Amino acid sequence: MAPYASDDMTTAGEAGEPRAGRRRAARYAVPVTVMGVAAATIGLVPALADSGDPDLPEITAAQLIEKIAQSDVERLSGTVKITTDLGLPDLGGLQDGFAPGAPERGEGGSSADPSTRLTELASGTHTLRVAADGPDRQKVSLLEDAAEYSLIHNGKDVWGYDSRSNEVYHATVDDSGEDRGQQPPATPKDFAEEALKAVDDTTSVTVDGTAQVAGRDAYRLVVKPRQSDSTVGAISIAVDHRTGMPLKFTLTPASGGAAVVDVGFTRVSFDRPAASTFDFTPPKGAKVTEDGELDRDRGHSGKPGNPPKSEEDLAKGLDGLTVLGEGWNSVAVLDTGGPGLPAADAGGDLGGFLGSFGDRVEGGFGTGTVFSTRLVNALVTEDGKVYVGAVTEEALVKAADRGK
Amino acid sequence: MSRAEASSRAEASSRAQASARAEETRRANPLWTLGLFRSELLTTFRRWRTLALLGVLAAVPVLVGVAVKIETGDGSTAGGPGGGGPAFISQITNNGLFLVFTALAATLPFFLPMAVGVVAGDALAGEANAGTLRYLLVAPAGRSRLLLTKYATVLAFCLAATLVVAVSALAVGALLFPLGDLTTISGTRIGFGEGLVRALLIALVVAASLTGVAALGLFVSTLTNSGIAAMATTVGLLTTVQILDQIPQLSALHPYFFSHYWLSFADLMREPVHWEGLTRNLGLQALYAAVFGSAAWARFTTKDITA
Repeated sequence: MAPYASDDMTTAGEAGEPRAGRRRAARYAVPVTVMGVAAATIGLVPALADSGDPDLPEITAAQLIEKIAQSDVERLSGTVKITTDLGLPDLGGLQDGFAPGAPERGEGGSSADPSTRLTELASGTHTLRVAADGPDRQKVSLLEDAAEYSLIHNGKDVWGYDSRSNEVYHATVDDSGEDRGQQPPATPKDFAEEALKAVDDTTSVTVDGTAQVAGRDAYRLVVKPRQSDSTVGAISIAVDHRTGMPLKFTLTPASGGAAVVDVGFTRVSFDRPAASTFDFTPPKGAKVTEDGELDRDRGHSGKPGNPPKSEEDLAKGLDGLTVLGEGWNSVAVLDTGGPGLPAADAGGDLGGFLGSFGDRVEGGFGTGTVFSTRLVNALVTEDGKVYVGAVTEEALVKAADRGK
Repeated sequence: MSRAEASSRAEASSRAQASARAEETRRANPLWTLGLFRSELLTTFRRWRTLALLGVLAAVPVLVGVAVKIETGDGSTAGGPGGGGPAFISQITNNGLFLVFTALAATLPFFLPMAVGVVAGDALAGEANAGTLRYLLVAPAGRSRLLLTKYATVLAFCLAATLVVAVSALAVGALLFPLGDLTTISGTRIGFGEGLVRALLIALVVAASLTGVAALGLFVSTLTNSGIAAMATTVGLLTTVQILDQIPQLSALHPYFFSHYWLSFADLMREPVHWEGLTRNLGLQALYAAVFGSAAWARFTTKDITA
């Protein structure tokens, strides 16, 4: 025992060596126990919090879709977690390489320009905050490390504010609906609407029980393509049982594995957000870019660089485009009119880098390169045609043969 | 530790002995613990080493402030067009209060925890090295209470160091830049008074973020009798964890690194405040404090004190 005794001096005197050893072991058990309890808590709390699926009255799929359509949530605030995993390396702006019609980002643009910022959502995990109060006042904030990008729509004004660079983007709108349509989908509702647009006779729609999302009871709507060529496995949409608002959207690929797109509220409230949420005045010293200046910078191609999220958007956004097939098997064909692999040329170094990802394929259409992701496959032929679709590689080649 | 310090230490312990003898019947007198804490606090903050650390910390906001002032003298924005550099740096020229946030964001990854590591690592190993630990243990305070006092002293240093950075940054910011209403990172405006309150909250959160390193340093300090070794180990661990936190392949481990959620203090500048990262950070620090605090206790109460 130590010459200078510890706490319990009375026992230390008569304690023999084995006893001291045992006591030491007992004391070291404390930190080990603390660690064990912490690990158990971390492991168990999510399991305990998952209190099972709520009991809700039965509902048919048609009724649920009707419920979504009738949902008129005008006031809400909440936090949305969005995870996209297309199986691509995390390269912001990759979509631009795929869609030659999109403008180059960066030069001359403002870091507060919504079209350059919200495309970041196309890869990785992000946390968004959304707030809405009627059709005239909305706010979406992209939470970053020690910074935030906010897009605020208040009446006639649309403000983009990038707190990291202290830059402001400003636009005015006459018709709020039009402007909103230009933004990439960010909330589960946006995604669900896109998915339900595709519902037709090639689709099976079922109600698959209930779930709890962001503390609210919800029905789970499952949308599945009937056609086997689609790379889409299933789309699951959790719909709030009271308001009919989609709370969570999950797209799993046919190949299995993690969801390609997973968007869900982690917190949601249907109370009116504070009015100050939508107030924005450019901070002193901030660099303000007006919308018109950006258009001039972009010249002719004044279309925002949104990633084409659906066949419809793609069809509207790009000229010289036709759609082959129907339903989930549709393949968009883009005739660039140029030499082969235009994406590689347009993207510069990035394009060359992409070229190394592609697989060479041959078929009735000639030869081409297939770029695969977990959801979307693209075939670029040597004569400059691009076939893009959420279908398997074989289906893409078949479509190219047919389209020849 | 200097000879004068050792003698003052011996003096303090003999004084403690005397007072302890006088109060033999009231062994658990809480005032006595406070007395020990006060004497520890004075010893720590009178050290030249501690003062030098605080001086370096106070100099960081001055450097940042002057650099931003010079860089933006021609009207350009700080941090470049892409918004690089530490958090909030692009806002400093418009509002000096942001220098507080920038200075804390710049010192939190390394300067602050290094200073805490030095003080925590030295806490027990330094005493053992100088041969003064046994004098402290002669007093009937017991090892647990001495350890607790040492930890409390290190925590007091965490708070003091953070406040030194914050106050120095506020002073420099007020001198070099205008003050006034500020824009939160969510784009909403808050008054200067509320901004000050948030700055204080942020300083407290930053100080609390250091409690994990403090407990880790104290544990390392119980393992060795060399103060230098304990300091070097603590600072080395700190650097290692920071590097590992940058390696994407280890992302599964990242949430358990004490430094992982440090920058979440910036979430206090969102409107409304985003609590997720903050609560995780504070929970993690509490966990580190509990695990390494009890490990330090297990080690310190059972080890042979030979120096």
